[in-house]
Parts: sequence; structure tokens; C-alpha cells
Amino acid sequence: MHELSIAGAIVDTALRHANDRRVTRVDVQVGALRQVVPDSLAFYFAIVARDTACEGARLELELVGAWLRCPTCGQEWDPAPAPVAGHEALAPVLPAFRCPACERAETEVVRGGELEVESIEITEEETCIAPR
Amino acid sequence: MHRTKVKVAEDALDANETIARANRDDFDRAGVTVVNLMSAPGAGKTTLLERGLERLDGVRAGVLEGDVQGSMDADRIAALHVPVVQLNTDNGFGGECHLDANMVRSALDELPLDELDLLVIENVGNLVCPAEFRVGEDARVMVSSVTEGEDKPLKYPLMFRACELVVVNKLDLLPHLDFDLDRFLANLDAVHPGVEHMLVSARTGEGIDAWREWLAAVPARAAAPA
Repeated sequence: MHELSIAGAIVDTALRHANDRRVTRVDVQVGALRQVVPDSLAFYFAIVARDTACEGARLELELVGAWLRCPTCGQEWDPAPAPVAGHEALAPVLPAFRCPACERAETEVVRGGELEVESIEITEEETCIAPR
Repeated sequence: MHRTKVKVAEDALDANETIARANRDDFDRAGVTVVNLMSAPGAGKTTLLERGLERLDGVRAGVLEGDVQGSMDADRIAALHVPVVQLNTDNGFGGECHLDANMVRSALDELPLDELDLLVIENVGNLVCPAEFRVGEDARVMVSSVTEGEDKPLKYPLMFRACELVVVNKLDLLPHLDFDLDRFLANLDAVHPGVEHMLVSARTGEGIDAWREWLAAVPARAAAPA
């Protein structure tokens, strides 16, 4: 449900860099830890972009998987809960935010926290400056 | 037609972060420490706050109440003779579901910041959006009540990771529920290992002393060098 607020923030960021020119595409990196539903974000983006220079723009999402690092022992891992083979029907397997090697609690997010507007595409009509 | 790619490389929430930092500067100048209190609707934030603020000796506290509509919560806090300001978010798109840094900024003039040690910002009840928007706070507290079920940390890890303290409320209801407290704490530890938590009942007062002591110690903790 935070997709509406995030769509608004993406449109605002794009408009700030567009200087009143028409935006036809917005490229955004979304990390897995942001819990964003891509279809929902695209739906709200189209609504929020209405009556702005982003109206009708294509939203391109690059989904970035999560990757954590233990600052103590240097272990790196994927925290996504993976179902155990043969036990898919059981209760969800817990995500692993605790270091699987030394079991310490402090973790660094290497990847997966992104919510970054990478670039925008501006489309301008050719203005013909004909000599008199 | 002429197409140009413009590099942006900017976090979509940068604008909010900038205003949050301005709020934080104002809070620091006034010497007030700020707690952002978050939870699902009905987890008991306001009751917990009432119990925490009454007899909070030696700490001058104020409250900023965020709600989509109405001033019921602010009225309850005002009854404790605590300075309180109500922020309604219903002029957004169907009612904003969270407070952002700018909304908080718009209300700062109405609070006697210089006369406060502690400001508690009670966010709009929601387990998703408030986690995304910093408002200039020193600490974030999440209230989770036992009626919500033990699976909530697994469903809303963003929120359960975006806080420094988790208060488990409505403990008095445990005998009537099949809520598995150990399972909840294991789930909490899985998404936010080592996060501080306390078990309370705002209704019966169980565990409230620890919550009040935590609140009273916030200004000192914020002043201590990290």
C-alpha cells in the first residue's frame, strides 16, 4: 500500500530533473527489501503522473535482490526465505537477517534497499529554426 | 522527435530526507528529543502513550498526533495537560496513510519546542508506509499487539526493521487468544535480530514502568555520544 506514496515520490523526482520538458520513460531501481509490488507501483505511477510532464511515461523497474554482509566476520548472504525441498507446504521458512556464520545480529545491507530513480528519458519536438 | 536520456541517480525519497534533516536541526536547536511511534490501527498507541506520559516525572513532554481524520486522540492526550497538536492527513489523495517530514514540519510552529525535552509523534496507524518516511526523529518505536497474530514480523519486515524498540501490547488478552508469544519473538528476531522489545498491557499497567523508564531515558540516550 506504500506504492502510492512511492509513485508520488518517483514522479516528483522525475519532474525536478525534467525542467518542464516531457518525460517519456523513467528508470527506477527497486530493492527487494523495500517490499514494493511492481504492478501496484506501475498502476499508481500512471495515476499520479496524470496532468504532469510525466503523463503517459513508461515506468521501467529494475528489481534488485537482497544481499547482506556481516560486519564482524565478513560473511555475505541472501536473506530471502527459501522453502526447504519437500517441505514447501510447511509454515514459511524464516528470513535470515542474523549472520548464518557467526549468528551476530548486526548486518549491513549490501543490496536490496534501493529505491533510486536512475534516469529519465526526455522527448522534445524538433524545433525548426529556418533562416529567413 | 528528439529523445535524451538524463541521468538522475537519486533516491526517490531524498526530498523527504532533506526536510527530515531540517526538522532534526530544529529539534536539536530546541534541545528536544523526538520519538516516532508507529503501529497498525488499534494496536494501542494512544493508550500506551497515556500510560507512559502520566507520571513521567522530570521530563517535559509534548505530543504530535497524526490521524487521517478527527481529534479524538489529541483530546485524550490534552486531558493529561500535555501540549498536543493534531495533524490530519485527509487533504491528501483519499487521506495520506502516514506522516511525512513535510507534514510534521508544518505543525512545528504550533508546539512550544523550546519548553520540551521529549516530543512523541504518534504516526497514522499503518504497518507499511510510516516505515518509509523519516520525520526527523531520534528513535522509532513500533507497537504490536497480541491480537494481530504472531506472523506480523514476517509479513511486514520493513516496519519491524525500521524501529529501535518493539512494544508488545495487550498482554492481558493472552489467556483468550491462541497467540504464540515465543513464535512471535522468534519471528521478530528473524527479521530484526537483537531488537529491544518489551511486553506490556496498557490496560492493566503490566510492564508500563519499563515503558515509562524507556521514554524518560530517551533524551539522555540521544545526548550520549554514539
